[in-house]
Amino acid sequence: MSSILSNLQILTIAPVFNVQLVLDGLLIGAVFALAAYGMALVWGVMNIINITQGEFVVLGGYVAVLFADRGIHPLFAVPVAAAFLFAVGWGFYRAVIFRVVDKDLFISLLATFGISILLQQLMNTIFGSDVRVANAHLESWQALGRMVTVSQVKVLSFIVCVALGIGLMWFLKSSRLGQAIRATAQNARAARVLGIDTDRVYAMTYGLNAAICGTAGALIAMAYTIHPYIGLPYTIRSFMIVIVAGLGNLGAVILSGIGLGVAENYAGFILGAQFQLAFVFLLLVAVLVARNWRLQRQRRYLK
Amino acid sequence: MSMGPTMTGGTRIAVWGAALAAGLAAPLLFPSYALQITELWVFIVFALTWDLTGGQMGYNSFGNVVFVGVGMYACAVTQVGLFYSVGEYTAARGGGTSFIWDMPQYMGGLGLGLVAGAVLAAVAALALGSLVLGMRGHYFAIATLGLGVAAGELAAGWEWIGAGAGFSPASPPDNLDVNRFYYYLAMALAVATFLAIRWILSTRFGLAINAIRDDEDKAEAMGLPTTRIKVTAWMFGALFLGVAGAIYGNMKRFIDPTDVAFAGSTIGVWMVLMAILGGKGTLWGPVIGAVVFQVFKEVFWTFLLGWQRVALGLLIVLIVVFFPQGILGFMRERFPALFGHTVEPVVVAGEEPGGART
Repeated sequence: MSSILSNLQILTIAPVFNVQLVLDGLLIGAVFALAAYGMALVWGVMNIINITQGEFVVLGGYVAVLFADRGIHPLFAVPVAAAFLFAVGWGFYRAVIFRVVDKDLFISLLATFGISILLQQLMNTIFGSDVRVANAHLESWQALGRMVTVSQVKVLSFIVCVALGIGLMWFLKSSRLGQAIRATAQNARAARVLGIDTDRVYAMTYGLNAAICGTAGALIAMAYTIHPYIGLPYTIRSFMIVIVAGLGNLGAVILSGIGLGVAENYAGFILGAQFQLAFVFLLLVAVLVARNWRLQRQRRYLK
Repeated sequence: MSMGPTMTGGTRIAVWGAALAAGLAAPLLFPSYALQITELWVFIVFALTWDLTGGQMGYNSFGNVVFVGVGMYACAVTQVGLFYSVGEYTAARGGGTSFIWDMPQYMGGLGLGLVAGAVLAAVAALALGSLVLGMRGHYFAIATLGLGVAAGELAAGWEWIGAGAGFSPASPPDNLDVNRFYYYLAMALAVATFLAIRWILSTRFGLAINAIRDDEDKAEAMGLPTTRIKVTAWMFGALFLGVAGAIYGNMKRFIDPTDVAFAGSTIGVWMVLMAILGGKGTLWGPVIGAVVFQVFKEVFWTFLLGWQRVALGLLIVLIVVFFPQGILGFMRERFPALFGHTVEPVVVAGEEPGGART
């Protein structure tokens, strides 16, 4: 308790720490938003809540780690991670997901949970349980009289995220496949009637989501850390962002992602780093409960 | 509300007698598997209580581990706190010779601890249930998933109960046959849980939770106080889960906050899997599911060590995708007569034979 108060005191005595926290939150928030956008895509198009989201992120991170281990700059790993994860996602769709697309949501929830448990230990067996980083050999800028540190690799990951977000938006709006994906999301049956192969669209959507996660993961491995069991928090963050932002609203996704990043950094600073994950999960419950209360006043509920 | 195959009174007593005798004799016949069978009894409680809200009420929770963990810590802390300072005990990492319990102390502490575990778990269910049971479907599932993990993270940060280093329950006195003692305690709990759930399903309350599963809006329109019923059902399950957690912690002899107490991604999912594997929404299904699952789990952990969770994940996917109706559901589809359903000679097109629920 006393440490929480003294941490709060630091923030008021030395406001420059706020700049640091907001900046760090902004930079990681973009990555959260990217993964959340993928989740919204799968949720909106296929009506599946993909618990495997976080494991796809971590798997993408290991691609970057492998590159860095071999002395190749991990930035080159970003497209490779995307391509590899696309194949993984496509494979899981063809093996499992297509069987649960039209089933009860709880069935697909459990099925993706199963895949996530499977991937966790697979990664643990292959890559070991250590915390890993893909060293990008970049430095940091100092600002405001050396009180604020901006790591260049975090800025780089932010820029890649923004570029990818814009690219994705263009892809969904203008490309042939993007239009097919949006049509399927609006009305799968009508899309089928009009000659869209919705099964292929689903496979592409699931693969695309995995590729987005893989990219986010490669960036996270460069700018932050990964280990085999850190996937679930990323799933939960994505879910939370989608709940707050709604499906298919990129602007709101980015804002909520950054909001979450900032909130998490403040929580980590004030409560202590050991409570940061607890904060994420409690925030999820709080967001859901708040949403539900608001709906209950209109005699509706979250469903 | 009979859920199992129809039997005459005589055979029913015979089957029960045989099952109880097998349970009582198991640790004597298979002493090397006694621990695994103890765990099985605890798992049966996990599966039965999960199915009460998941299968019978339609509220699929990933967060029932919260009550296991609360019961586990509540009991362990009571056992220690009655005689020593909990802070000093955790600071000494539970070690040293200065913390000793003699037989009356141990039994008294355990007895009070079991009660504390049950009560605190039920209180937790009341508090959390009032918050999250207003949500439906997958929102409830994910909210409870969040609760389970958050509880583990909080316990892992709380110094007083040992934080991430865990907590060792009180060490039993030397003249107590610990393994056998906890075996029979767990077995008694499993039988009590089974009887309690069978009883509650036979009451009007049981019909009410089934009504909530089948159509909550209609149930509410008929005047059922749905929120109160849902919270009560969750508390009823939590009561038993709390005791199960208390026994499980003492049986494991070590409480790790995220791997034993609030193990959301292992035990939290296993409960769901056991109930589905046996047959959701049936009385015997969770029991059968727990037995089959425990066998699978032990085989994986013995022969596939290092890959055991890969195999388990695969098993989850296979069951959920290809076998969502579970063992009893499958049996009921195949042999409806065994379950007391009369099969109409003309089956209406599009309607599954024997699909009616008991």
